[in-house]
Amino acid sequence: MTDLGKADAVTDRLTGGPRRRRVRGGVPGVRRGVPGLRRGVPLPLLLPALVGLAFLLLPLIALLVRAPWRSLPEQLTSPEVWQALQLSLVTATAATAVSLVLGVPLAWLLARTDFPGRGFVRALVTLPLVLPPVVGGVALLLALGRNGVVGQWLDSAFGITLPFTTAGVVVAETFVAMPFLVISVEGTLRAADPRYEEAATTLGASRFTAFRRVTLPLIAPGIAAGSVLAWARALGEFGATITFAGNFPGRTQTMPLAVYLALQSDPAAAIALSLVLLAVSIAVLAGLRDRWMTGVS
Amino acid sequence: MKTRYARRTRRTLRVAGAGAAALLALSACSSSDSDDSSVKSDTSSSASPELTGTVTVFAAASLKESFTTLGKEFEEAHPGTKVTFSFGGSDTLAASITGGAPADVFASASPKTMAIVTDAKDASGTPATFARNQLEIATLPGNPDKIASLKDLTKSGLKVVLCDKTVPCGAAAQKALDASGLKLTPVSYEQDVKSALTKVELKEADAAVVYKTDVNAAGDKVEGVDFPESADAINDYPITLLKDAPNAAAAKAFIALVQSAEGQQVLTAAGFLKP
Repeated sequence: MTDLGKADAVTDRLTGGPRRRRVRGGVPGVRRGVPGLRRGVPLPLLLPALVGLAFLLLPLIALLVRAPWRSLPEQLTSPEVWQALQLSLVTATAATAVSLVLGVPLAWLLARTDFPGRGFVRALVTLPLVLPPVVGGVALLLALGRNGVVGQWLDSAFGITLPFTTAGVVVAETFVAMPFLVISVEGTLRAADPRYEEAATTLGASRFTAFRRVTLPLIAPGIAAGSVLAWARALGEFGATITFAGNFPGRTQTMPLAVYLALQSDPAAAIALSLVLLAVSIAVLAGLRDRWMTGVS
Repeated sequence: MKTRYARRTRRTLRVAGAGAAALLALSACSSSDSDDSSVKSDTSSSASPELTGTVTVFAAASLKESFTTLGKEFEEAHPGTKVTFSFGGSDTLAASITGGAPADVFASASPKTMAIVTDAKDASGTPATFARNQLEIATLPGNPDKIASLKDLTKSGLKVVLCDKTVPCGAAAQKALDASGLKLTPVSYEQDVKSALTKVELKEADAAVVYKTDVNAAGDKVEGVDFPESADAINDYPITLLKDAPNAAAAKAFIALVQSAEGQQVLTAAGFLKP
């Protein structure tokens, strides 16, 4: 676990405290000690805890045990895999970029302004988080499809049709991933001290300048964490993608789609693809570890 | 003052962190998986068994309408029984059966997908062909693109969806295309025949190569176009009792119903060809 000093440093970074000078943390009673097993763990808690842990880890271990290690190199160097992986990385990154451009201002609006119905808007933003992705895909099809409410007009005015295109994949992934970013950036904004911004505005900065020069650097770590989460979510997106963008190798077949279809004809290839995604997930988690441990979204 | 502020902030952060973790847990992406848990039934082994309990039937997506009808007939003929269905891509179903999903009957859309189950020794006896299905082109109502043949599908600017090659309808379409020497690039390879059809029903695609029965089932939402090459790719539909069937007696009765004159009538009405 992290020692107190490190935890403080992270807290500092997030609360916008000065980076090099350490705030007098370590308030007595706020210590997050790890209760050791010496203190005795009651059995009714220990057993389910261990079962829960095994339940979460076993499937992943099984994936490693059953992996076709011998044929793995050739599985992973096949052009189809690279095509799917490349498409996944590109679309997930594009979806994260779109989420940043649209999501950070939205998070700011939710955290820093007070308008009627703000709680309701916040709930609406959270909705795609809990909505089954397939439902999201159907909704996107009805809204932005060639025959959709908005899509019809996009098609007739600009000749743009989103379904079955790589742009459609990005749209589907953004729809599912953006709420992650918005919610986590909003949380960071709420935790950040608004007095810095206020000080900047009293010194003559416009609100936008204050946002750009003071708020953004202040919440940068939160934005980074939110982006990584959104990116991981976009990378794993399956339901909305296959419903809205269909499945065509190199154009709309992302990794999860490739895994799903490979499982039907070539389980070994599916396991190999799954391993790649597992590796990516572990990398994301490793990148987030500090933040996760200190309980920052 | 300062420390109290820091403490409050840290608490807020911790709450925010917990919230984010909860959100993560909530939004786990899951592709639904339709494993009907079958009710345990007592299969009485008397001479004239009174059929009871649930029959779980895994059937290809293209059988949805006809099997639902037959399921209702079966329940009426044998009060106390219930037929539950899981419809999907044949290979997905085959994979879940070999993976140990509790089912009594498997009806697939191709001998190849049936072989997955028989090779894994999960079938009881030999599968019997109970119907055959022919491909047809599904177009938008009124056929605005004037599609009259398989060749017309290769016109540029036309959005065509096919089934993925791993599912029977995709394999059959590929066979028909190969037979006619055509190269067709679709906009999507869908995961099962119903989703290919849905894309045309929603007017997102201009045409799809699906089964005659699917075009029939869609009513006036799509229009069917026959093409001669479909004769080269007629699909046999095998049905089998599964080895670990929880309710074998009722399952056998259901298979008998499918193969009976009554069952064949329902299948023919849906657009299937006689075996």
